Amino acid sequence: MVEELLIRNGVVYDPINGVNGEKKDICIRDGKVVEEVRNPKVIDAEGRVVMPGGVDIHAHIAGGKVNAGRLFRPEDGRKGREAKTKVCRAQSGYSVPNTFATGYRYAKMGYTFVMEAAMPPLAARHTHEEIVDIPILDNAALPLIDNNWMTMEYVKSGDTDLLAAYIAWMVKATKGYGVKVVNPGGTEAWAWAKNCDLNDAVPYFDVTPAEIVKGLAEATEKFEMPHSIHVHGNMLGHPGNYEVTTSTYDLVKGIKPYRDRPTMHATHTQFHSYGGTTWADFESKAGAIADYVNKNEHVSIDLGSVILGDTTTMTADGPMEYSLYQITGRKWTNHDVELETGSGITPFLYSGKVSVHTIQWAIGQELALLIKDPWKLALTTDHPNAGPFIGYPIIISMLMSKRRRDESAEDMHSAIYKRAELPSIDREYDLNEIAIITRGMAAKTLGLHEHGKGHLGVGADGDVAIYDLSPEEREAGKIQKAFLNTKYTIKGGEVVVKDGEVVAAPAGKTYFVTPECDPKLTDEMMTHLKDKFEHYYSVTFNNYPVQDAYVPNPYEIKAPWRS
Amino acid sequence: MVEITDVVCSLCGCVCDDIVVEVEDNNVTKVKKGACSVGKSKLMGHGRIESPAIRENGSLKDCSYDDAIKKAAEILAAARRPLLYGWSSTVCEADKVGVELAEEIGAVIDNTASVCHGPSVLAIQDVGLPSCTLGEVKNRADLIIYWGANPAAAHANHMKRYSYITKGYWTAEGKKNKKLIVVDVRRTATAKMADVFLQIEQGKDYLVFSALRAMLYGYEDVVPEVVGGVSKKDLLETVRMMKEAKFGIIFFGMGVTHTGARHNNIVNAIQTTRAAHTHTKFNIMPMRGHYNVAGINQVCTWETGYPFAVDLSRGYAWYNPGEHSATDLLIRRECDVALFIASDPGAHFPGESIRHLAKIPVIQIDPFPNPTTEFADVVIPAAISGIEAEGNVYRMDNIPIRLRKLVDTEYMADEEILERILGEVRAIKEKEGE
Amino acid sequence: MGTKVNLISGRTIVQGQNLDNKLSEEYFSEVATCEMNKADMEKLGVTGGDSVKVKTSYGEVVVRAKGKEGTPEGVIFIPMGPWANAVVSGDTHGAGMPQYKGIDAEIEPTEEEVLHVKDLMKRYME
Repeated sequence: MVEELLIRNGVVYDPINGVNGEKKDICIRDGKVVEEVRNPKVIDAEGRVVMPGGVDIHAHIAGGKVNAGRLFRPEDGRKGREAKTKVCRAQSGYSVPNTFATGYRYAKMGYTFVMEAAMPPLAARHTHEEIVDIPILDNAALPLIDNNWMTMEYVKSGDTDLLAAYIAWMVKATKGYGVKVVNPGGTEAWAWAKNCDLNDAVPYFDVTPAEIVKGLAEATEKFEMPHSIHVHGNMLGHPGNYEVTTSTYDLVKGIKPYRDRPTMHATHTQFHSYGGTTWADFESKAGAIADYVNKNEHVSIDLGSVILGDTTTMTADGPMEYSLYQITGRKWTNHDVELETGSGITPFLYSGKVSVHTIQWAIGQELALLIKDPWKLALTTDHPNAGPFIGYPIIISMLMSKRRRDESAEDMHSAIYKRAELPSIDREYDLNEIAIITRGMAAKTLGLHEHGKGHLGVGADGDVAIYDLSPEEREAGKIQKAFLNTKYTIKGGEVVVKDGEVVAAPAGKTYFVTPECDPKLTDEMMTHLKDKFEHYYSVTFNNYPVQDAYVPNPYEIKAPWRS
Repeated sequence: MVEITDVVCSLCGCVCDDIVVEVEDNNVTKVKKGACSVGKSKLMGHGRIESPAIRENGSLKDCSYDDAIKKAAEILAAARRPLLYGWSSTVCEADKVGVELAEEIGAVIDNTASVCHGPSVLAIQDVGLPSCTLGEVKNRADLIIYWGANPAAAHANHMKRYSYITKGYWTAEGKKNKKLIVVDVRRTATAKMADVFLQIEQGKDYLVFSALRAMLYGYEDVVPEVVGGVSKKDLLETVRMMKEAKFGIIFFGMGVTHTGARHNNIVNAIQTTRAAHTHTKFNIMPMRGHYNVAGINQVCTWETGYPFAVDLSRGYAWYNPGEHSATDLLIRRECDVALFIASDPGAHFPGESIRHLAKIPVIQIDPFPNPTTEFADVVIPAAISGIEAEGNVYRMDNIPIRLRKLVDTEYMADEEILERILGEVRAIKEKEGE
Repeated sequence: MGTKVNLISGRTIVQGQNLDNKLSEEYFSEVATCEMNKADMEKLGVTGGDSVKVKTSYGEVVVRAKGKEGTPEGVIFIPMGPWANAVVSGDTHGAGMPQYKGIDAEIEPTEEEVLHVKDLMKRYME
């Protein structure tokens, strides 16, 4: 039976296709956008805002550290309780919601794709097991490939082709999407309770984080990878780190990307845009970062914008989490992963009464407002690090309303007027720009627009969000409310949310990339890799790769070697 | 005869995955490499529950799978305060169905962590857990401490594969350049291998952790001459070794979780680790018992928000261990039906709990007959995960590994049994709803 | 009146080997035992294999005495399993965990037979 859907009378924002607030019908047949339909079910959007399903470029929603966060924070679990319904499983959690709640809440905000931002390769099965339990959302995960001994050894020897062969094997073995970098070298150093700045030598490996980033970017671009390297740089969260940040961006400046996209996606940039020398003279350097991004084309960013309140911070940047725990004295979990990566987790409260937190809060929004081209940035909170994803509508309302920002600033620490720029910025986002930073940009940067995500052109996935919002609405409270709970969310042509309630919870697809590498190169790399398994890994080579059973709804993207 | 390599052991939390076995005529006939004596015993097999059975007039009568599953579903659908317990010696795929079943009938779902490392979970929820994977220990650790743990008896490959005896990148000479400290009440086989053995008085772990912690923070002066049976001199030597190590790790076992201070011991153990971390790299890890007890904690956490002792009677997850952990429910005689899967409370629960179990309907899903079978009212035999069925498990360091299927079987896998029970329960409820 | 001791329970290698084989003779001969040091055995006047009765506030059980070096004086060890659990405490002190170690117990020689697992379980049905 042909399933047809017609969304009539909506005001459509589909920036990838240049549709900016046009009254336009959307036709869907068998889950895909089509030119016309014959006998459809009709949804009357009544002049409401219609956008493609949201695409989140960076969030921690599944895997070992997310679950360690849930496990050690039962107090967070108690915040989001909702009983099971005929459609929905029981829900719990706020900053670390259970898997079911994660799917439902994103869907209610109109999102249909989320990228899990950090998958430890050795524990990739875990990430995938949780992803299977996240309903509705299409998804992918980025394996960590930067603190890996194999990576550092090839960077040191300068064998970029072998590094590319290793990347290819790792991305395939983990059913991953691309190359994630988190505190390159620093996390390996953390295995000895040390850390690395950008140009420090990694203990025992005699390479620098700068060399690792450059090597990985060069090796990644050997393939037709849909996404560039995805980088959480060194010295995250340290006062004065903005120069490390721009120096990191500079590393990939000369590298030619495989197609029209940046060579580096720099994630949660808020945490990397700090001036000052200590917490006492801490200040915003969002202006300097925005200036760099405005002048260059090789870097894209996402915000990592702060949501005030309690959250659970988690990252493969083990030493950073330790520093944070030293500041707060709250509970701290750490999990270093052999030959590859690490992780740390600690709860954190962002308070508008604290100068540093207030400035952090300002920085995320300053980046969005000072970077001129919205195609260069995506809205994120680095969920849950700067705050839970459920806070996105707050950020949207702030970006769209100078008045709301001013009113908020009045309640916050006065440092916002002295050491941040936000109060002096007048710019307000329009709905088209919001659509860019919540779906268009992320889809393009991930290369997913070519696979039906983030737009509503013919052939695209029938993923649509209808917000109960008039395009003329300027009241921040109403904007926030509308973006929190859609009137309709449609996923693959099926209504999954209606009037803010989840009415269906189909399984999402898992997108993964298969980089295709020359077999000879792979063979040579394999002798080195097998030696690692023989002597240093605690699991065998044959038990390592993620089996097909873990990805029941696969969507493969091939990435041929660039000739 | 077929040789199968990379076999994954489904016995203890070590989850050794480099075992080689021979299979002939659909039987494991030889364990050639990799397994310890305990794992080997499991792989070679034991007597099975031969048929599904239902108890009638005091004795178990064989029946079909269909009848046993139907009977189990009827009991569960009618229950007012059901307990679903076990889950640690099966695969995550089955555990997921278990959580769904618990939601469906508003049950309390609890797992063997409750009587094993439950106190460790409580401690982690208080202070967190600085830890690492076992390969980190293998490659880096030069100081290994076993505290209230006797791997020589309980995790027989642990030292050989992961800690004291193995060789790794910075530990290429094996135990030659490592130190082993053992803390225990008894001079165990593990203790006999130690460079330093601290024989402590039973139940005094908390005091000894406190003393070490004080010393690590520089407060030697407050520590008396003898603490928990250990001399100050030995404690000072221990602290010196901890500070001088490049990478230290404490592995702790039920010697710490089972005694009077319970989770308070573990909080102190973790705080001691954090104190050591101010000097050098220091980690701590619970010695998880069953091969997938870490896995049910993981599944239960991502699905409900909490790792064990989860009460779903309200429709959402309610978590308060000590109120509705299996033992508490049974001692209060609160639950009216119990389902046990992949665990044996008949052997491993205090007698006081078993007295209540003898009075209520009990459903058992297990490959093997055991003391629980003696009072179970519905007995459903299952395939052995890791031999007859595949699936995901989590090693004690939370590394996921896929169990392999080695031989074919007529027995139904845990996952299928549970799915069928869930289907029957839903059918009954739907009918009642009409 | 028996001799006062501190009871602990825990794993042994043979107990582990018979985890899936609990109705066997091998499990019985390993787990229905009580390890103690020589001095304590002498004090009790028992030798290896003799029956001893262990009594606590929570129950009593008959097991076979077994000499074990390294067990401190005043401590007895019964491998984890149905015999040990007949006499441990189900009070979790609000933590969910029964007390399997550190139970005040009395021990005395006895002529009574050690119950096989099925007979031991029958006691709970009465």
